[in-house]
Amino acid sequence: MPVAAVVVTFALTAGIVLAAGANPIDAYRQFLITPLQSEFSLLEVLVSMTPLMFTGLAVAFAFRAGYWNIGAEGQLLCGAIAAAWLGQHAGGAPKVLVIPAMLVLGALAGAVWALPPALLRTRFGIDEVVTTLLLNPVALLVVSGLLNGPWRDPVTKFPESPRIAGGAEFPQLVDRSRLHLGFVIALVLAAVLWFVTTKTASGVRLRAVGLSPRGARFARIPVERTLLTAALVSGAVAGLGGVSELAGIQFRLTEGISPGYGYTGVVAATLGGLSMIGVTAAAFFLGLVNVGAGTASRVLDVPTQLGEIITAALLLVAVGLILFRRYRIVRVTA
Amino acid sequence: MSFILDIVAATFRVSTPIVYATVGDTYVQRGGMLNLGIEGMMFAGAFFGFLTAFGTGSLWLGLGAAVGVGVAAALLLGFLIVTLGTSQHVAGIGVTLLLIAVSEFTNRLVLGRPATLPKVETFDVLSPIDFRVVQQYGLTYAAFLALVPAAWWVLNRSTFGLRVRAVGENPEAADVAGINVFWTRYAALAIGGALAALGGAFLTLAVLGSFTLDIVAGRGWVALAMVIFGRWRVGRAVVGALIFAGVYSLQLRLQIVPGWDAVPYELLIALPYVAVIVALALAGRSVAYPGAYLRPYRRA
Repeated sequence: MPVAAVVVTFALTAGIVLAAGANPIDAYRQFLITPLQSEFSLLEVLVSMTPLMFTGLAVAFAFRAGYWNIGAEGQLLCGAIAAAWLGQHAGGAPKVLVIPAMLVLGALAGAVWALPPALLRTRFGIDEVVTTLLLNPVALLVVSGLLNGPWRDPVTKFPESPRIAGGAEFPQLVDRSRLHLGFVIALVLAAVLWFVTTKTASGVRLRAVGLSPRGARFARIPVERTLLTAALVSGAVAGLGGVSELAGIQFRLTEGISPGYGYTGVVAATLGGLSMIGVTAAAFFLGLVNVGAGTASRVLDVPTQLGEIITAALLLVAVGLILFRRYRIVRVTA
Repeated sequence: MSFILDIVAATFRVSTPIVYATVGDTYVQRGGMLNLGIEGMMFAGAFFGFLTAFGTGSLWLGLGAAVGVGVAAALLLGFLIVTLGTSQHVAGIGVTLLLIAVSEFTNRLVLGRPATLPKVETFDVLSPIDFRVVQQYGLTYAAFLALVPAAWWVLNRSTFGLRVRAVGENPEAADVAGINVFWTRYAALAIGGALAALGGAFLTLAVLGSFTLDIVAGRGWVALAMVIFGRWRVGRAVVGALIFAGVYSLQLRLQIVPGWDAVPYELLIALPYVAVIVALALAGRSVAYPGAYLRPYRRA
């Protein structure tokens, strides 16, 4: 299915590549093959898949329970705010203390931001799509309020927070590359969530609530509590994504800290079929497309936004194909 | 006095794009659908409206192009959520991402990175009498004097409006009664797409005269929220949009008042979003969503 989605997407977007005056075959080679050919760009793919893993895992976990968390963007920003706050005030404290503290605080911040919509859903039955979505611009406004107010860089006056202390920076994994600890954390998180969703009773309850709330209630599964847990775990995972971007890449809070990672997380979760392994693979692919868009734009002079077009088209094709699979032709033996 | 008049005048201007999108989205939601593509539709309307006006020199063609793009985007979303019956959240987010990406891509491809921002001569402000509050764009007049009453009448008094409400409340019954559920939902989506795009084009063709990447800045989400805030009634949703625009205009004006410029304006802009959530919370379980909200219809 994922392969079919990729093929259909590339067929559909070929016209756009032609319109930009490039050969689609060359362009797709730049997108899919070239980034894998040098160590540097391969590492960059891993760098750009890292935030998408966090948001993709967060969205997939909530969607499995039928909790439509569209607020990963805001939850990620809250994690980043928490990390920026702790990082600024970390002074000379050692990494072994500061980094775990940042992770805990960032996860908490994401969960706290996810809490009001979750309570409204579980207590009052208010649809969470709109409430989680509306908290995204609010979180961004909190970021810009901080950056234009108390956290404005005292030296440059730019709307950027002061750089975090050295002890708060994630260690690099490979020399002269931007790959950082956040990637490892994302992988560990994927493994843990994979285990929880597929090998534990909680995972079964989560899926049961998502597939049939009434059936789950009939089976004495505490539906409200399961939804609340799913929402908070989802928020915490997205919050960790904010910590990872801030402490691993940006080192300071800016308004552009997330170019829509929360929304792209929906793409990763859907392409990955809401499975944690699938999300990891999808995030890798989206990272590839992202890095490939950069090289394609340099080599073929195609605007980098082609990468975003392909990402969005891939999502639409994938949701369409999931439906078609339901109607697939099967051979019936008598 | 002039302070208040400034704010009232600005409120009508600021609310105009949101009113267009809100009125359109009322039809979509009453038809039982959630259009998360609305932000992208406003964005694409703003861009393609501008591009067409810039290329042809005609603002009216720009508006026409915006409507065309909005309808096309609505048909794409309709194919996914009405014909295929996919998840409305995911399909909507996908449409928004796609429209923003296509607009930015085309922007880079056609206009490149020019040293000066391309501009068009904007619509004139109509000025029937020398009084600030009534000196507004024609599109603002059209929104409040024509669109809102017409949209109310069509939704609540016409056969078409009844059909839209019927397919949103109970598509099975509507189908039995001989209403084509699919086409009615497509039509509601097309209205929503056209009006959202028109609202976006108002920003480029009337207010700014140019296109910037942060032009829509979440107004689509505001419109969507206002429809729910107004409990799916045209009039109440428009009042919601006016309140939002009023608060927004207040912070705009306060930024140039000495002493008040230290107040973080972000707090005021965030207020309406929070107000919608609080309103939903206060209404609690009594919020009567359209009966078939988010539910795709399939003939058994």
